[in-house]
Amino acid sequence: MIILKDGTVVNADSIVKADVVIEDGVIKAVERDVNVYDAEVIDCYGKLIFPGFIDMHCHLRDPGQTYKEDIESGSKAALAGGYTAVCCMPNTKPPIDNAALVSYVRTKSNEVGGAEIYPIGCITRGMEGKELCEYGMMKASGAVAISDDGLPVQNGAVMLNALKYAKTFGLTVISHSEDKTISGNGVVNEGENATASGLRGIPRSAESAAIAREVLLAEEARASIHIAHVSTAQSVDIIRNAKKRGVSVTCETCPHYFSATDDEILSYNTNAKINPPLRTESDVEAIIAGLADGTIDVIATDHAPHHADEKRREFDFAPFGTVGLETAFSLAYTNLVMNDVLSLSDVARLMSKKPAEILGLPGGEIKIGARADIAVIDPDEEYTVDPQAFKSKGKNTLFDGWRLKGRVIKVFVGGVEKEI
Amino acid sequence: MKHKDLLGIKDLSRGELTEILDLATYMRDIIDRGEKDNSLRGKNVATLFYENSTRTRNSFELAAKNLGATTTSVSVAVSSVQKGESLVDTGKTLDALGMDAMIIRHQVAGAPRLLAETVRASVLNAGDGMNEHPTQALLDLMTALRHFDSLAGLKVVIVGDIKHSRVARSNVEAFGKMGAFVTLCAPYTLLPEMVERLGAKYETDLDTAIAGADIVMPLRLQLERMNQALFPSIEEYHKFYGITSKRLKLASPDAIVMHPGPINREAEIAGDVADGDKSVIEEQVTNGVAVRMAVLKLLIEARN
Repeated sequence: MIILKDGTVVNADSIVKADVVIEDGVIKAVERDVNVYDAEVIDCYGKLIFPGFIDMHCHLRDPGQTYKEDIESGSKAALAGGYTAVCCMPNTKPPIDNAALVSYVRTKSNEVGGAEIYPIGCITRGMEGKELCEYGMMKASGAVAISDDGLPVQNGAVMLNALKYAKTFGLTVISHSEDKTISGNGVVNEGENATASGLRGIPRSAESAAIAREVLLAEEARASIHIAHVSTAQSVDIIRNAKKRGVSVTCETCPHYFSATDDEILSYNTNAKINPPLRTESDVEAIIAGLADGTIDVIATDHAPHHADEKRREFDFAPFGTVGLETAFSLAYTNLVMNDVLSLSDVARLMSKKPAEILGLPGGEIKIGARADIAVIDPDEEYTVDPQAFKSKGKNTLFDGWRLKGRVIKVFVGGVEKEI
Repeated sequence: MKHKDLLGIKDLSRGELTEILDLATYMRDIIDRGEKDNSLRGKNVATLFYENSTRTRNSFELAAKNLGATTTSVSVAVSSVQKGESLVDTGKTLDALGMDAMIIRHQVAGAPRLLAETVRASVLNAGDGMNEHPTQALLDLMTALRHFDSLAGLKVVIVGDIKHSRVARSNVEAFGKMGAFVTLCAPYTLLPEMVERLGAKYETDLDTAIAGADIVMPLRLQLERMNQALFPSIEEYHKFYGITSKRLKLASPDAIVMHPGPINREAEIAGDVADGDKSVIEEQVTNGVAVRMAVLKLLIEARN
């Protein structure tokens, strides 16, 4: 038996000072002044006790590109960021488009025994946007959602069928919404800074027009859709309106979209090359407003590890993406909670409760009988982001050298404390 | 000048522009007398062109030779670059070969900066993607200054594919720093977003833009833009955006016509204008060698 003593327990719907009692991998009690003879007592005075974070969107590169990341290093990075469960996207080599590869990820996850790794399967075979994958068999093997993240399904009829077929098995479709005919070979946000830097722009409509299509298709199919990495003001508006109409749509944004703007690309920093691209101040404001009013359901990382040599190239040739697992909470805490935009409970909702709810996963709450997936945070610790200290193989962080507040100090998965 | 590299006009002050232009004028006199300046004897200059450009490469090589330097031309098509060597590794190799300066042209904006951050040698940007082409802007300034006493208050019109043009970007910076007023003229498909950010006005009607202009600069029309649905035909382009002698009558009586070359006759510029008495296109080519001599000398000597 473990007792987390005198901490502040943060749930999506409450904040209470209480002790948390863990036994046999589950939470046995959440109440004040628990005293049990022979229990391991961990002093949590002044600390925040969150339900372990759940990342709906990360890239672990396993199988096929394990020089960038693998299940083990990805799991360690997740734990270091307070994540007790992460969902990995299927754009691996080869893509996770069948039950055997889904099983591979689950088996590896169990072997590693760190954070729980849940695979997301492909929407279409080989992510080619043509034929549907075997959703029924992939789900039976442990797939928790489907997505062609990175290579969005351009054909609307295929997407409509995918939504209907996925609904048959109760799988949520996660859409990387991008109209490639609009984004073309752009590398940064279209606008002032693209013009100033001479880098090719990606118009906002590449994202927002695709999101408009997705919510209309989901409405037509009466199916659920989850929109990945929302980055523009127009996207937030489209989703807000769709929700008002009763469309079963949820969405996520990522820490970089509420923490940074495309000013970061003016120095040709390839770690600021992200897809969708970093936008402008007015988009950041709209994203934050969407987080505050509940239009945006989830903060996900889109953790995208790459090798340093791949990022140390000409801007156009460097791959898209920043790592994010190890900085996500601190960015949310520093940029949203410390600025009084969101409460601690909002963070528990966005990073734990809602991801669990949308994907039907265990965890997400600290309550009696729940699986003991817990992150303990020191809200007062301030630190400088040092990529060389990351557990992830990917050191490609946009936030290198940033001063952040609020640090993960302990993580429990299924009641077992993990090394971080 | 205190810079190691010449990456863009953005990084230069007006004083530094003037310093380069003064030395370029001196170099031009040497060229006109058929002499050489051997101040870079024993120095090694490499050209590294990831995009084809015989004109700019020849101009740089001639400039280096006029100063007594040796030149090495890394031919991207047949070198290890084709075998997948990265820009960073190619730069390190050239550094190890003892290059004092590397002249790079690259299709990706910011690539010269990446090279400059990697190598000890001075890096000269000979054009990077849609970003900058600083020596073109310098030679344009020099050419303009040979026709006007001062650039302050002059009206410059740059016409054509502004969106994809590094020449336009560098010239807006350069002429702006010298006190001229630049107007960019193109259909909206060929204007960048928030073009005001470049520090110039824009105007989609050429007859309005060209009225009273002192310097008229059509840009080379890249014909492949037609396939990208950016303009429909050369005929329509020429009708609305071509520099013709009739249109030129709307400009100032003393106006000059510049062009970064190579020209497409009867597309962005009528043949009779290109060959006419207002055209200074050939003079630009000679001045190009002079400004490149000036920047090579300034950068390499600043390193020592």
